[in-house]
Amino acid sequence: MSGAAAAAVPGCAASMTSDILLQFCVAGVTYGVIYGVVAIGFTIIYNTTGIINFAQGEFLMLGAMTAVTLQRFVPLPAAILGAVAITMLVGAALEVLFIRWLTRPSVLRMIMITIGLSIVIREVALHVWDEKSHALPYFTGDAVSALTVAGAKISPQVLWVVGVCGAMVLLLGLFFHATPLGRQMRACASNRDAARLCGINARNMVTLSFVLSAGMGALAGCVVSPITFVQYDSGTALAIKGFTAAILGGLGSTAGAAAGGVVLGLLESFSVWFLPAAYKDAVAITVMLGVLFVRPTGILGNAEAARLRGH
Amino acid sequence: MGGRWRGIGFAAGLAAAVVAVQLAASAAHKVFYLTQLTMAAYSLLVVLGLALLMGYAGQASMGQAGFFAIGGYVAAFLTTRDLARFKDGTPFRILDHANLLVTRGDGMGGTLTHLHPWAAALLAVVSAAGIAWLVAGPVFRLRGHYLAMATLGFGIIVHRIFLASPHFGGADGISDVPPLALFPGFAVTGRATVRVANYYAAWAVVLLALWMLTNLIGSRVGRALRAIHGSENAAASVGVPIAAYKTRVFVLAAVLAALAGVLATHYNGGIGPSEASVMKSVRYVAIVAVGGMANFHGAVVMGTLLTFLSLRGYFGTLDDLVFGGILLAMMLFAPEGIVGAALGSRVRALYGRRRRDADDSTAA
Amino acid sequence: MRRMRNLVVTTACAALLAAFPAAAADTIKVGAILAVTGPAAFLGAPEAKTLEMLAAQVNAAGGIKGMKVELLIKDSAGDAEKALSLAKQLVEEEKVFAILGPSTSGESMKIKQYMDENATLLLSCAAAEAITTPVLKWVFKTPQNDANAVRWIFGDIQKKGLKKVGVLNSNTGFGKAGRGQLEKLAPEFGIEIAIAEEYDKAAVDLDAEVTKLKAKDVQAVINWSIEPAQSKVPVSVRKLGWNVPVYQSHGFGNVKYAEACGPAAEGVLFPAGRLLVADVLPDSHPQKALLVKYKKDYEASAKEAVSTFGGHAYDAFTLLMKAIEIGGPDKEKARAALENLKGFVGTAGIFNFSPQDHNGLGMDAFEMLTATKDCKFVLAR
Repeated sequence: MSGAAAAAVPGCAASMTSDILLQFCVAGVTYGVIYGVVAIGFTIIYNTTGIINFAQGEFLMLGAMTAVTLQRFVPLPAAILGAVAITMLVGAALEVLFIRWLTRPSVLRMIMITIGLSIVIREVALHVWDEKSHALPYFTGDAVSALTVAGAKISPQVLWVVGVCGAMVLLLGLFFHATPLGRQMRACASNRDAARLCGINARNMVTLSFVLSAGMGALAGCVVSPITFVQYDSGTALAIKGFTAAILGGLGSTAGAAAGGVVLGLLESFSVWFLPAAYKDAVAITVMLGVLFVRPTGILGNAEAARLRGH
Repeated sequence: MGGRWRGIGFAAGLAAAVVAVQLAASAAHKVFYLTQLTMAAYSLLVVLGLALLMGYAGQASMGQAGFFAIGGYVAAFLTTRDLARFKDGTPFRILDHANLLVTRGDGMGGTLTHLHPWAAALLAVVSAAGIAWLVAGPVFRLRGHYLAMATLGFGIIVHRIFLASPHFGGADGISDVPPLALFPGFAVTGRATVRVANYYAAWAVVLLALWMLTNLIGSRVGRALRAIHGSENAAASVGVPIAAYKTRVFVLAAVLAALAGVLATHYNGGIGPSEASVMKSVRYVAIVAVGGMANFHGAVVMGTLLTFLSLRGYFGTLDDLVFGGILLAMMLFAPEGIVGAALGSRVRALYGRRRRDADDSTAA
Repeated sequence: MRRMRNLVVTTACAALLAAFPAAAADTIKVGAILAVTGPAAFLGAPEAKTLEMLAAQVNAAGGIKGMKVELLIKDSAGDAEKALSLAKQLVEEEKVFAILGPSTSGESMKIKQYMDENATLLLSCAAAEAITTPVLKWVFKTPQNDANAVRWIFGDIQKKGLKKVGVLNSNTGFGKAGRGQLEKLAPEFGIEIAIAEEYDKAAVDLDAEVTKLKAKDVQAVINWSIEPAQSKVPVSVRKLGWNVPVYQSHGFGNVKYAEACGPAAEGVLFPAGRLLVADVLPDSHPQKALLVKYKKDYEASAKEAVSTFGGHAYDAFTLLMKAIEIGGPDKEKARAALENLKGFVGTAGIFNFSPQDHNGLGMDAFEMLTATKDCKFVLAR
């Protein structure tokens, strides 16, 4: 995979100086928070329904693509808000149309359904938009503007990504712990039947979980699109990495999902230094298989809690 | 109907249809249809194995394309690598002595000495079986979503390896794969002159696989599989060795997929990394779903129809959408498949019980 | 009962499919296998649009040799197996006169043997040298050879007096072939490739990879890729505050890629066909009129900027038309005409075919181009 004659042994010849280390950290954290948001999206839906929503990555793609279209007509902030709202509606529609009326479906069936949804959304996006890459403009600055912090170059957009995603995670935590609705969702997550006995409308909680996941995903997709660009098939790779992050942190724990995302992002980033860069995409899959085979409950997961949930 | 003659009705009907189609095609001078029907037949082998795994044993696998690719790539690799450089070594001389080496022109004016296609095919299938056996252990300790993702991850890793490795031709894959001589006078190859013979050979393999699998299902093994599918705890409590059965079925499905890969590679004269892609795996799953999860007959009919139309470009730019949409629609509205449950009321009752049990138990 | 039903259904389907309309006598069927959707859609989509536009133009002008062109575009989605199936379908069932495409090297390699054995012309729009080396009687290709692109790049580096370079390439056939040529030709120019890294064609960010190159203190960066991800390399280089010259391959030949770089596009150097700078060519240049017309027509009909990828399809189509014009609607005569065609003006360059050279383009098919601050392509001087 590395060139035969001329390439030096990757990574080992030059030593990693502190600014290079920091540069890799910045790259790792940038993608880490994105994976974390996708992972949190998985976790929210999983907690209320027991379903892994393979179409999670598509929410990011839809948010970004919709915003790109909208911002031709309205200013950027309005476009982003509009895109988030539309994607939330799509999330709700998915739940109502495809999930809600299923009676006690088997896990296998749900897996197939969400995979089918993911493919259909992707292909419809291809025909609604096109095959090209799109991006929102940089929120502040441009593609090459960069702040220098301790020798590392950080794009202002990275600060937006970390800031917005971080804020989303914090707000979500506040929502779950400090608002009645959020507490109801948590009740539904830990024991659906008991929650129903208390008068909580479980079905609405499920819809809400899809809406939340979709909205968070859409916003994350918008804020990261200037750096990464987005095209109709961007969702699939993100879903796989988000799933890896979710199980790394222990499926069911939103804090774990966020942490898992950052860890995965850093692992991917640093792998480029120590291994040939060609292996970068294998890192996420390897981590996923490693977690699945060795410790399915994840690093932060609780085996007891997982068993109680019936896995 | 019992014993070794189970399913003879469908098989006879299928055989008759195969012959009828060939005669019709030849009479109408549309022999080219047979090409896509032959390729569809190969993909049926993957689908049948997956139907056994998913439908009967209840284990999801999103990575069957990986085994198809392993079979195809190993066969392609071994029949296109020139071994002449090693001609002074002992292994070479042993192979030569055993008549396992073949020399042919390499299309560029030189000669190429490689492993006999038969030996390569055997090695390919054995490698796939071996890898399946190794992977089955860790994979089957998982359930539900985790199991599906693990098989998906396996498929992706296989895809990445074939895509990245220069030994396997990287993104361009391997071309110039020679024909696979099955008997004296007949070889698996895409050449127009032997198109009809290849068509019959492919469908003969499918019929053989169908016969074997139908008998497997009717036997004690089949009942054990259905028991495992229904409730693993119950099956274990009556002494069914769960892990062993799951592994064997996984390996069998992998062997069928690898066999399909070998035959298709020789037929097409090459293979590329897109054969191991996630979309290919999803297509196989979609066909099993639409045929009716545990329904070999449905899988054969729908698999042939869908693959044939897809290969002809009938779905145009909506190809992936069609397969994804079919998977979605089937799983939403007809989890038992479109061709109807073929197993009779007894198993349908079992299915009803399985559906009710599935959410209470930890089984997939 | 069920098996009877299955049998009847299957035979009925077979009978239905066996019915097929015959082609009209005064048309000439031209097939095209393109990756209109799928991972190579950025190649196949502009190619398909170009072919449709050209076929409509030819038919509006009365056709070729009095025959209308019936263009059959099939979408292979970049899948080699499907490409082969479609090729067989086009040749045997539709009885096409020739096939244009496929869009990618992998697909072209898979079908070229079949095309040659079935004596039907293939004009591939894919770049790999292996498509026409060794030469197969019926197989031609229209994109330039990457070895020549490499020579242009290395020539420029040598002129700048630089010796140590870093290479990045995507993991596609195009990227790997380019890297292979770079490694092969580097010693000829006294250039050392100090580090070479491969990245996934769908990579979302290349900061880490570029940082690794920067740590090696190379004097220039060469990026070989044809996907949108290639725009990320100049962006990363400039963002990291690194001032070395950045070279792209001829896969950069779409102004959208420059726009995707934003301000980082400025100063990026790449060899490309003259299509992208058609307006600034002197009027006396043999390619100018054709390039300007293609650009105008394409941008009007497809409503997007012209790219060199569509240009390869343009060349394939116009070469085929020329071959039919000279040799008539006879496959062998058209083939011979094509094989001996000299001085044919196309978008990629001026084609000079011969029985030993089924590509027909040399070093002079390229110009060294660069991009300006506002993401326009100009000649690099």
